[in-house]
This record gives sequence, structure tokens and C-alpha cells, in this order.
Amino acid sequence: MRSEDCVARFDDVGYTVGGRQVLSGLDFAIERGRVTALMGPSGTGKTTLLKLLTGQIQPTAGRVTVIGQDLAMLDRRGLYALRRRMGMLFQNGALLTDLDVYENVAFPLREHTDLPEPVVARIVLMKLESVGLRGAARLLPAELSGGMARRVALARAVVMDPEILIYDEPFAGLDPIALGMVLKLIRDLNQALGITSIVVSHDVHVIERLADRLVLLSGGRIAAAGTPAALAADPDPVVRQFMSGSAEGPVPFHYPAVDVATDMLGTD
Amino acid sequence: MNAASVTTTLAKFGRFTLFLGRLVAGVPSTLRRPRLLLEQVHMTGALSLVIVMLSGLFVGMVLGLQGYDLLRRFGSTESLGTAAALGLLRELGPVITALLFAGRAGTAITSEIGLMLATDQLAAMDMMAVDPVRRICVPRFLGGVVSMPLLAAIFATIGIFGAQVVGVAMMGVDSGQFWSQMRGAVELRDITEGVVKSLAFGIACSAIAVFEGYHALPTAEGVGRATTRTVVNSSVAILAIDYMLTAVLL
Repeated sequence: MRSEDCVARFDDVGYTVGGRQVLSGLDFAIERGRVTALMGPSGTGKTTLLKLLTGQIQPTAGRVTVIGQDLAMLDRRGLYALRRRMGMLFQNGALLTDLDVYENVAFPLREHTDLPEPVVARIVLMKLESVGLRGAARLLPAELSGGMARRVALARAVVMDPEILIYDEPFAGLDPIALGMVLKLIRDLNQALGITSIVVSHDVHVIERLADRLVLLSGGRIAAAGTPAALAADPDPVVRQFMSGSAEGPVPFHYPAVDVATDMLGTD
Repeated sequence: MNAASVTTTLAKFGRFTLFLGRLVAGVPSTLRRPRLLLEQVHMTGALSLVIVMLSGLFVGMVLGLQGYDLLRRFGSTESLGTAAALGLLRELGPVITALLFAGRAGTAITSEIGLMLATDQLAAMDMMAVDPVRRICVPRFLGGVVSMPLLAAIFATIGIFGAQVVGVAMMGVDSGQFWSQMRGAVELRDITEGVVKSLAFGIACSAIAVFEGYHALPTAEGVGRATTRTVVNSSVAILAIDYMLTAVLL
């Protein structure tokens, strides 16, 4: 992949905390204008990977580059300048509960620009219209359903027209209709605005419909990477177990423990 | 207390000091956005008015009764006004207001920031390139620092009124002597002492409340514990600072 096609790059990245290796040997690039999905069983380091990607934590090995900048080289000011070019959708929306929907979407504009109120209003209402919630502008976050809250958060995440949009479990806990809406929005944003999307999710079937490329993590390493079709056909047992959602396979059902006889009977 | 817990306490104190530095460094940017500050003066100050005024009235009335009984033994009940005013301006006003503030506004600040932390609101802000310390913590800190001397002044004023009600209206102290002795005895430095103390308590209480909220464990239990710590640590800090300032200012 040419460097101008690549929006973020992990070069042999590892992360160790408290003597425990959470991630190791991560080596991959995220292509501009595409939807890349990061998948993997729970506790496999997906959230840690997102934190590395957004500069919330620094890798203990290797290098993370985002929009051509080495994150380790940036101070707070530099990191904030970079983050203005990124948007992030949190799992629960993370809307500011003391502000209404309109003010939530306007928040980044008010903090970072001196735009006059009519311009702010136009941008905010346009973004709310694009997620179908212009009519909910004066509702408080507590009055929204889970799906609506996530759509408002999405409007807020794109209000500064970011180059990269990161979605942390965007489909978790949504009913099928809300899920369909969010799925359509992610695809539309990606295609209409050319935003590079990075989606973290467990939901294999939804992701297969959405992503151009999948990166499957297992045990803190990349188990497989490729198109959804390629991963579906992958013979690797870990990939097969995850893609088919089977309880049987190399990813164990039991958390590591001492022998059952020792625990139950108190004998060796 | 073993060595490990001493180290932990010292480390926490160090983190607190560094955090206080970040708060102070953020003050100019908050001053440029007076609306944020005014909102917090309203939340911490105006909404604490009722409890502060009620407490001030009762404390003043108790001072009136106790003071009258004590002064009667020395035959100088006309000094009741002076005694009540000095006690309220220099000591009881700042201290009790600060204790009430820690319980009313301090807990509200800690639990609000703790819940914002637990629901990813602060992380979301950080991701939007908005420093949560500057946007959330500094206005609350500064709001508390501004509110505290004002609340203490109101407390002392209402307290003097309460002492007057009991002393003059109920116990029959001469009204003229009550006020004229007070005016003769109370000096500017007595008022300065109260203002300095309440400013110091405002800085301590607000910084503790914001610090505990910002460093709470992001769980229901964690936020609950942080709120408790705010009250306990603020109360101890208020009384310790009060002793130190009294020793210096007397």
C-alpha cells in the first residue's frame, strides 16, 4: 500500500502493562476512504488498540502513525490538533447529559471555532437532519432511546468534518431497526464524505455487510486480516471459530484454572 | 500506619498538588469565558444560599444565647454584639460555611464529575480535542473559590442578625450598645481575616471536590467513595488550615 493511501499505520506495535502483554507484534495499515473492522473475542485488546490509535496511551514497543504523524512525538497540543481531524463514536454515545441534543452537536464547533450563531445553527441542523433527528434537537439525552443517542453522537462526531471516524461497538445493544439505521449511516458517511471508518465490533454478520477489510485479533496478536470473503474462507481454527460463533474451538470456554478435582475435592 | 500507606498518602498528595497546578494554570482560559464561570457560581454559590442562610441564622441565635449567658456572669452583656460579630467574622462564618459547602456543593461537584467520567463523557471530550480539566474542572474550581467568601459574608451577616434577635429582642440587651460596641471594636483586619480564611477554604474545598471526582473509579461504588472522601478530606483540610491561618493572622 502506498503511504498516501494509508491513514494509520501500526509498525510492530506492542503494549505491556503491569508485566502483562496485552498486544504484541501488531503490523498493519488502515486504508484511506475504506471501512476497516477490528474484530476479536472479548478481552483480546481491541479497546487497548483503539486507545493506541487515538493517542490515549503510548505503545511500549513499535510505532503508531496517524495521518502521517508519529503519535509518540506529539505533545498535548499536537495530539489535540490531530484529534480535531478524527471523530469517535463511543459505545453508549457519551453525550453530555446537561446539554440538549442541539448543544451536544454544537459543542465541538463552540469549543474550536468562533462561528456566528446562524452558521452554527445551519451546520448543526444539517448534521442532525443527516441522522434523521432534526426534530429531536431540543430533547435532552435522557429522553432519547439507545439508538437515537448513538445517532446524535454520530452527528456530533462528524460535525467538524473529520478524516477518520472511529466507532467503538456501534451495534451493541441495538434493536434490529436501530441497528439497520446505524449501519446505513456508517456506510453513507463513508461513501458520501469519503471518511475513513474504523469499526470495532463483535458482530460478524453485520460487519460482513459493512467492512471492506477485516482485522481479526486474538490473544493480543493479529490472527488474520483481509476481505470478509477471504476471512470467511480462512482455514485457521481461531478464525473459523470466531466467524462461525462456535463455543468449541481453540478459544477456550473456561478461564484458566487449577485442575477441577483439586478445586472441588481439595485433593491433588 | 505502615510504610506503604505513608507512601500511598504522600503520592496522592503529590498528585493533588500537580492537579492543583493544572487547575490554576487553566484559570486564565476560564476567565475569558465568563459564562462558564457564572454558571458554576450559580450552581455552587446561589444554590447553597438557603442552607447557608438558615444555618447562619441558627448559629447566630445560639451565639446570642450562649454569649448572653457568659457575659452576664461578668456583667458585660452590652458586649454581646462585639462577641457575636468577632466570632462570626473571624471564625464561625468561614469555617461553618466551608463545612456546609463541602457537604452541599463539594459532593455535587465530585459526583457530577465522577459520573461524567464513568459514562465516558470526559473521554469523549478529550477525543474532541477539548481538555476536560479546562472545560469541566477549572470552572467548577473557580466557581467555588468565588462563591465561598460571598457565602461566608452572608452567613456572618445573617448570624449577627440572629444574635441581635436573641440578645436585643428576647434577652433585653440595649440595642444602641449592641451596635455601637460592635462598630467600635470590629476592625478591618477582623474582616480581612475572615476573607482570607474563606478564600483559602474555597481553594481547598473546590480543589478537593474536583480532584476526587476526576480521579474516581468509574463505577457506582467508586463515585460513592469519592464523594465520601470529598466530605472527609475537605472537613479535615478546613480545620487544619483554620488552625494554621489563625496562628499566622492573630
